[in-house]
Amino acid sequence: MSRSHDTADHVAHQFEDAGQQFVASTFGTWLFLVTEIMFFGGLFTAYVMYRARYPEAFAHGSHHLDITLGALNTGVLIFSSFTMVTAVHSAQVGKIRRIFSALLATISLGTVFLVIKSFEYHHKLVEGLVPGPLFTYAAPDARHQELFMSAYFAMTGLHALHMIIGIGVLTWLAVQAWRGRYGAAYYTPIECAGLYWHFVDIVWIFLFPLLYLLGRS
Amino acid sequence: MERAAARTNYLNIDYGVRSWLLTLDHKRIALLYLGSITIMFFVGSIAALVIRLELLTPMGDIVQSDTYNKLFTMHGVIMVFFFLVPSIPAVFGNFLIPIMIGARDLAFPRLNLASWYIYLLGGLVTLWGLFAGGADTGWTFYTPYSTTASTTKVIPVAVGVFISGFSSILTGLNFIVTIHTMRAPGLTWFRLPLFVWAHYATSLIMILGTPVIAITLLLVALERGLHIGIFDPALGGDPLLFQHLFWFYSHPAVYIMILPSMGVVSEVIACFSQKRVFGYGFIAISSLAIALLGFLVWGHHMFVSGQSLYAALIFSVLSMAVAIPSAVKVFNWTATLYRGSIRFDAPMLFALGFIGLFTIGGLTGLFLASLGLDVHVHDTYFIVAHFHYIMVGGALMGYLGAVHFWWPKIIGRMYPEVWAKISAVIVFLGFNLTFFPQFVLGYLGMPRRYHFYPDEFQVLNVMSTAGASILGVGYLIPFLYLLWTMRYGRRVGANPWGAAGLEWQIASPPPTENFDETPIVENEAYPYPIAPEEVESVA
Amino acid sequence: MRAYLFVFATLLLLTGLTVTAAFIHLGAMNDVVAMTIAVTKALLVLVYFMHLRHSPGLTRLSVVVGVFWLVVLISLTMSDVATRGLLGVPGK
Repeated sequence: MSRSHDTADHVAHQFEDAGQQFVASTFGTWLFLVTEIMFFGGLFTAYVMYRARYPEAFAHGSHHLDITLGALNTGVLIFSSFTMVTAVHSAQVGKIRRIFSALLATISLGTVFLVIKSFEYHHKLVEGLVPGPLFTYAAPDARHQELFMSAYFAMTGLHALHMIIGIGVLTWLAVQAWRGRYGAAYYTPIECAGLYWHFVDIVWIFLFPLLYLLGRS
Repeated sequence: MERAAARTNYLNIDYGVRSWLLTLDHKRIALLYLGSITIMFFVGSIAALVIRLELLTPMGDIVQSDTYNKLFTMHGVIMVFFFLVPSIPAVFGNFLIPIMIGARDLAFPRLNLASWYIYLLGGLVTLWGLFAGGADTGWTFYTPYSTTASTTKVIPVAVGVFISGFSSILTGLNFIVTIHTMRAPGLTWFRLPLFVWAHYATSLIMILGTPVIAITLLLVALERGLHIGIFDPALGGDPLLFQHLFWFYSHPAVYIMILPSMGVVSEVIACFSQKRVFGYGFIAISSLAIALLGFLVWGHHMFVSGQSLYAALIFSVLSMAVAIPSAVKVFNWTATLYRGSIRFDAPMLFALGFIGLFTIGGLTGLFLASLGLDVHVHDTYFIVAHFHYIMVGGALMGYLGAVHFWWPKIIGRMYPEVWAKISAVIVFLGFNLTFFPQFVLGYLGMPRRYHFYPDEFQVLNVMSTAGASILGVGYLIPFLYLLWTMRYGRRVGANPWGAAGLEWQIASPPPTENFDETPIVENEAYPYPIAPEEVESVA
Repeated sequence: MRAYLFVFATLLLLTGLTVTAAFIHLGAMNDVVAMTIAVTKALLVLVYFMHLRHSPGLTRLSVVVGVFWLVVLISLTMSDVATRGLLGVPGK
């Protein structure tokens, strides 16, 4: 897309014009997301390998997870993606104040997600399901269930870390938006942050069924 | 007679530590990298020196076994992750790519500076691990030794590598976006210098592979620190999972280390034959083919690890295939030389050395791709010789060739040609004396990573150590005279070599913004023959 | 804007669908159904929320390449894991 929405005073010196800057910035963000696919990909590989090897243990492990909270969190994240795209759209059509409120909504929903997640983590801790020396859960296949829990904590933990970073970035953008820095003429940072946020949503879209919905039938 | 003031260039436009440490100029960042990777090269070389001294005698006498393990680990970790992977891309890629495509800088200059600081941070963490005792797992960090049994500083060493991986990723990302979006008008893909193609392919590997080793080393650190078990067999984990994830990056990593050198060789061979590179299109596409195929062969590191035979067969066939694009390049370079107007300046000597040594390294790679033979020579000195022929005989020669070829552009002064030729010859002879005996040692059965060996292997080991000393001298001499040239080198003009490429059409050293006006490119790449410029008069 | 609302609603619906389907015994098809729904949701987010619809071909190629590389990592790794022990020879 060759929309150039960056005016001259926002164009960095190495770029020829606003159009080049927008194209380069968004392409760069997409490439970064490709690296994130491979970063999470290592964990997905581990998951696929161990699930293929210990399907029952993985199903048992999955039963420890609360589907309601997981589904709720999925809904929360999807909603936050909607508010995020609203922020970008607001900038495009020049609704300046709505940029800020949409970003704020996204941050709030992201925070709700993390709060629910921390309840879930705490619950696992109390039940002795945290892998490592704290793992006290007893069952015939406890060793392999511990593998499932390792996958669960590694994948959702990395995801949560990305959420935290995302919330940090969005907070900074919200401050800039409050100061009126973005509008139809320049909203590249919001577009790029949006791409990142949607990616984190997509990761969760895969994590939810792979971790929460095993062996329920 | 009053000397005219030196023209303003990227070196003298601003002075002071802050102007360097906070620079956004890709050329200055390139020099920041040059300084740091040179330091890392010295640290890695010291480890190599002690290793070779230890191997002079069949018994372990200079160091204990545990220390020896730490030495070869640190040698590998530092040379691979902190020297070879960044070397040409971070120094010459950074310096030259914007200029070669007619741009003022890379797409993301602040990200570029951040890359260097991230590299620095990673290097400091790893060095801290080194000086606090070092790790003894080998640069390959195989589990469960690295996650459970080893009592050494695995975590800081691994975490340092993890951090430096992001430097690599950001550099690759910067290059890809720059090459796609910032080429000057008229500069189509097939008019790009092959150096740029090589770095484009390298960058693809960097962004697709590095994240996987990043997550893997993170998991190793977590497993070691928090005692969770993803690779731990006691928990049902699979050590081979680690190896799959590790080699998924680390095999393509060797192409990260060799492709930029190949790009250098293309430029140098063309200039010192005064001929267009033969089969330009084939070399360009071969770079991409190497990047792609390089990702499909990692299992050849695991032929004796317990990998399934069927997977091993697939990886073996694919490993043979990956040799093809490399061979295509070697043939095309040779064809470029044919009937060229050959000059034997130092960069050319390094490039020619590269072709010969890389060919030997690459052919022995084919031996190793063959399952039956690999089973016998795996984990012997045959492997060590193979990869040093590629990494030192290939990549490092290419790096030295790049240093000599572009040095006059970078600092505006020429190095002493006689000394450079002498070093090139010393390096070539020293290198072969060091590593050729290792092929024989490996074939005869001497295992790698051992500092005890049977008496009958001593002669070959002594030869290897002698070669290493000569090689060391061969590296020291350029270090010294290049430092010397920074003050006393003969000043040169824009194009002392008569080389093709946009970088040779701007002043030496270049101005900060590279070009007064964005150039418009109307000719194909390598419009040879080109006459060298007269030396810039000093008065 | 209306398109975004529609996509949002669809995503929520698909989430409900995948939860419901998890409780129905479909054997091996449970995985297929779950992944199909997940891929559909991901595509909706990519195409509409992330503007892939209007993005240059290069961007779309990058997404394909990224996914393809992940598939390479997982499938070649599984080519080892899934074929171990087939010969009855120890260690192969």
